[in-house]
Amino acid sequence: MRNTCLYMCFALLSVYCVLHSCQSEQAIRTAQYTVNGQKLYVAHCQNCHGTKGEGLGGLYPPLTDSIFLTNHREQLACMVKNGLSGPIAINNQVFDTEMPPNPQLTPIEIAYVLTYIGNSFGNDMDMFTLEEIQRSLETCSTANR
Amino acid sequence: MRIILLLPSLYLLLAIVGCGMDQRTKTLPILGSREPVSKLVNGDTIIDTLYHRIPDFQFLNQDSVYITSHTFDNGVYIANFFFTHCPSICPTMQRNLLKVYEKYKGDERVRFLSHSIDFRHDSPSVLKAYADKLGVTNDQWQFVTGSKADIYGIADSYMVYTKEDSGVPGGYDHSGYFILVDKDKHIRGAYDGTEDEQVQLLFNELEILLKEYE
Repeated sequence: MRNTCLYMCFALLSVYCVLHSCQSEQAIRTAQYTVNGQKLYVAHCQNCHGTKGEGLGGLYPPLTDSIFLTNHREQLACMVKNGLSGPIAINNQVFDTEMPPNPQLTPIEIAYVLTYIGNSFGNDMDMFTLEEIQRSLETCSTANR
Repeated sequence: MRIILLLPSLYLLLAIVGCGMDQRTKTLPILGSREPVSKLVNGDTIIDTLYHRIPDFQFLNQDSVYITSHTFDNGVYIANFFFTHCPSICPTMQRNLLKVYEKYKGDERVRFLSHSIDFRHDSPSVLKAYADKLGVTNDQWQFVTGSKADIYGIADSYMVYTKEDSGVPGGYDHSGYFILVDKDKHIRGAYDGTEDEQVQLLFNELEILLKEYE
């Protein structure tokens, strides 16, 4: 009887450990993507969008509009890869400066940089996985281009 | 014994006073080439120094009005070179220059002059839209365009590197320096507009230069 109780406790503990490690593995991956993404952000985005994602006046939009980012989650990868033209409304302000494409960025790099943006500047979007970016990029190669 | 104690304290006092004096009387150098000229003053031949000056210029600004070097006669100005669809250093540069502009907005002693090196695309209307979007609302900051020879020629006078180069992003290569020019069109400082520390140095040295005219 005492042994059964011990076994039960052990089993529960291992289940908890497995679950816990899964969760922290996710957290570690997000952190890893964020760190890699920050380097890419500095190299490719920061000039225009600023160190704090604040943008620049009416020229370059800030990256702080969480509602816009969440509503356009599926299009973000295409925007990074192919650039953007035409007016968009960010934080209730219209921006109409052409964004240059970044064709050199690989899907995993886009996942990194979007995970960084999506979890910085007051945004909270969870991580962008490689699979998600690949799915998004498939839709833009036909519709967006 | 007393003298031994007195000496270091005297030295310390001198050092403190000396440093303080240095801060107050610091003047900015005149940069660029200089050449000696002989002049006849009261029958004596004396040697004087001819300093490098920004030559007279005339450019079309964001309001399609010609401005000349005399537009900047009554104060000091900061000049730089950029183009509106520049994807590399210009946004950082202009973001930093905007900080200086915002500090001195309404202060007629300080003006700003941004030359576009993209003489094909950056017409006055393009420059006007750019200035509006950047948040420039008065004529203290001029955005100008001109022929390639004029713009690239004056860049040499400011000692700023500019080159048309299809191999770089945007098609034009240039350095991101802010050039501080005094009332006599002498260059008194050059600061990398993409480095925060250098921009802070510009803030400090601009004040030192303005004190010369008080």
